[in-house]
Amino acid sequence: MKEHDLSPALQARVLDAYAQGRALNIQAGNSKAWYGNPSQGEVLSVANHHGILNYEPSELVITARAGTPLIELETALAAENQCLAFEPPHFAATATLGGTIACNFSGSARPYLGAARDFILGCKLINGKGEILQFGGQVMKNVAGYDVSRLMAGALGTLGLLLEISVRVLPKPETTLTLIKTLSAKDMLQQANAYARLPLPLSACAYVDGQAYIRLAGSEGSVKQAAKIMGGEPLPEHENFWFKLREQQLAFFQTEQNLWRLSLPADTAVLTLEGEQIYDWGGAQRWLVSNLDAASLRELVTKAGGHATLFRRSAKPTQTTASSFQALSSELMRYHRQLKQAFDPRGIFNPNRLYIGL
Amino acid sequence: MLSSNFQPDRELLIAALQAIHPKPLILTKPEELKPYECDGLSAYRKLPLVVVLPDTLEQVQSILRICHAQKVPVVARGAGTGLSGGALPHEQGVLLSLAKFTQILEINPERRTATVQPGVRNLAITQAVDHLGLYYAPDPSSQIACTIGGNVAENSGGVHCLKYGLTVHNILQIKLVTIEGELLTIGSHSLDAPGYDLLALITGSEGMLGVIVEVTVKLLPKPERVQVLLAAFDDVIKAGATVGAIISAGIIPAGLEMMDGPAIQAAEDFAQAGYPTNAAAILLCELDGTNAEVSEQLMRVHDILLQSAATEVRTAKDAQERATFWKGRKSAFPAVGRISPDYYCMDGTIPRKHLPQVLQSINEFSEEFGLAVANVFHAGDGNLHPLILFDANQPGELERAEAFGGKILELCVQVGGTITGEHGVGMEKINQMCAQFNNLELTQFHAVKAAFDPEGLLNPGKAVPTLQRCAEFGAMHVHQGQLPHAELERF
Ligand SMILES: Cc1cc2nc3c(=O)[nH]c(=O)nc-3n(C[C@H](O)[C@H](O)[C@H](O)COP(=O)(O)OP(=O)(O)OC[C@H]3O[C@@H](n4cnc5c(N)ncnc54)[C@H](O)[C@@H]3O)c2cc1C
Repeated sequence: MKEHDLSPALQARVLDAYAQGRALNIQAGNSKAWYGNPSQGEVLSVANHHGILNYEPSELVITARAGTPLIELETALAAENQCLAFEPPHFAATATLGGTIACNFSGSARPYLGAARDFILGCKLINGKGEILQFGGQVMKNVAGYDVSRLMAGALGTLGLLLEISVRVLPKPETTLTLIKTLSAKDMLQQANAYARLPLPLSACAYVDGQAYIRLAGSEGSVKQAAKIMGGEPLPEHENFWFKLREQQLAFFQTEQNLWRLSLPADTAVLTLEGEQIYDWGGAQRWLVSNLDAASLRELVTKAGGHATLFRRSAKPTQTTASSFQALSSELMRYHRQLKQAFDPRGIFNPNRLYIGL
Repeated sequence: MLSSNFQPDRELLIAALQAIHPKPLILTKPEELKPYECDGLSAYRKLPLVVVLPDTLEQVQSILRICHAQKVPVVARGAGTGLSGGALPHEQGVLLSLAKFTQILEINPERRTATVQPGVRNLAITQAVDHLGLYYAPDPSSQIACTIGGNVAENSGGVHCLKYGLTVHNILQIKLVTIEGELLTIGSHSLDAPGYDLLALITGSEGMLGVIVEVTVKLLPKPERVQVLLAAFDDVIKAGATVGAIISAGIIPAGLEMMDGPAIQAAEDFAQAGYPTNAAAILLCELDGTNAEVSEQLMRVHDILLQSAATEVRTAKDAQERATFWKGRKSAFPAVGRISPDYYCMDGTIPRKHLPQVLQSINEFSEEFGLAVANVFHAGDGNLHPLILFDANQPGELERAEAFGGKILELCVQVGGTITGEHGVGMEKINQMCAQFNNLELTQFHAVKAAFDPEGLLNPGKAVPTLQRCAEFGAMHVHQGQLPHAELERF
């Protein structure tokens, strides 16, 4: 794909929307349109604002325009034996870097290597007044000014339109190996936490259909040594399993019901809930397919120290009224509104997508 | 806009603070205030109106409510080891010391977390969980003294952040008291929290957005094995290139540090680390991980060092020798402090590939300003700590040192880096912020500040310059490599 700079045109659109107080619905690959509360406003596409701007493997950083397809980025990195260590899900071939960062989506390696937000080094954005601003940079250590770049992660475009993003990249592990063990959910959680307390080269730990999947990554010798300690059966073609888990292509995800993402403290016990569950992130992220009502689910999860996101809504209209994200305390919500005001005073970017009123 | 003219009524303020029940420790006499007049950057000194040392959360809330009601500036302070004047008191304000908050509230080995009060020292966390085989990864060289609250406020790094990240990567939750005295819980004990990533926003915000009263940190398992290599070079540039070679080989060392000749000499005199004092530069490369992983990487790094024309390569034989190798590096600042009446520590970060060019320029500036410099770097992540040697008692030397430092920072920005990698902007680098950010960006920062503290009472005058200040600084303003009147010589 030819690289393409659309910033002047995008800026003009934002300026216009700002002048008229008109809502914009920012889109790129449109691969995650279902995520968050229903979108509003006229579509502003960033998809054609794409291209890798700078990639120097020895600096461990890549800078690309927000509309750059993740595939393009990952292909460029793979050619240098590097990767996005947070293993972002794509959900569609059109997924872009900007969308990934705006959603702060991270795959199975997250507890061991970090989330998308952990890898952001800097960004260029258009704020709600149509101003092009740059924060952070291309170096790993940078504490000049507030960390606005990381604030964009997970903000779902409500604070600014991302133009360019610099992310830290890492060398691909020399070897990876997945061990499977048949365990109860309780034993899996116990083992996942026990392993995480030991110096083992863990890079993922999931639980599906009564089986624990434990992935090791690192040097050949180190992975072999760890496999010996941990036991279990090596899983052939294991990438396939992690790919299906990440992209939600396992049979578990093929559902008509609501798909919930429960984010929980690592040591949370088994939660018995109506519906089906699988675990990722060593048990710190649990997927739940259920018709349970949002309020009771959220109450339960909050008690456990976590929060529940309505990740994908059931197609049945009766299930769709709950807000996607768990409500904030009134004090926190006040600061969210004030921050929104600071970046997007007329509320033109993706209104209500994250929270009603933001 | 934020006003810098505060006119609090001192008597009224003290009376209100004294009425807090139970009463916090309040210091008002000049000799009591004196120990708080500066942080680790002693070139700036001021006495606050009052120092308050609360020991309960409710007291912190009351103090902030009083300051908010009476429009009194508040400067939070941890251990005061900051190197950018961040904890420099405000003459019209309260200095709020968190030094009494030294309790470790909870250690949760299952979750691998520790929840601590803000005045807990960085190293104390690691010491408290050592018996569990766990540790807290960020390790600023000041870790025996600096507090976790200060670390969060500065987003501090350390020699191991190349592999393990900065403070922001190693905390899960904080509790923050706003200027209005509200208590916010930010982040969670899960790996993420709903809403904006306020945890990232507060981390590194230098006491400008709220007062941190509790921190939950992540703990990591202690690596099975640690090895340290020391390599000597007859040329600083070669050492710099070797850093890139190691990382290009796909190895992320736990730490990769570099020192130049003057720094080696000073450290050796101070710490007797056995450094090769005739070398132009040394690299310290720490590898950690499983036994097998470290063995493999050790061999590869050894080969790279030899191919990179290292004149000598040593591998620490045991934990004791490893500690000795590090001792020299970790005491580099005080060591330099012994050879020069004063030193000024810079903190720019650059893309690694520019290391040779930037080192060259630093040497040229050193001649231009007539001041010696010793270089200590977190080389792996391009974070430079040039230490400019000067004597504050010699008229004009401090100003020359500051001008020299300013040039280094502007150069860092020009090559695509930043004016501060880990020490923060504070009071010190406020002018250089004008080189790194334009007026629109600075205005956005002020808007973020106003979202939390519209009256600008928290740490006024620090971290983000006013546009007016930048306009005044503008005469010497370099923005994105464009010097006004580049043809003229500058002193
Ligand atoms: C010899 C030496 C070596 C050093 N090495 C390193 C290093 O390797 N890496 C590194 O990153 N830094 C280093 N530093 C700098 C310094 O130690 C760190 O910035 C440290 O985090 C400061 O912690 P402190 O408790 O001393 O904070 P202080 O100096 O007291 O305060 C620093 C800033 O944080 C704010 N603050 C403090 N506590 C709170 C709170 N509870 N709530 C809100 N704001 C607060 C203050 O207002 C101020 O702006 C070094 C300093 C020295 C003297």
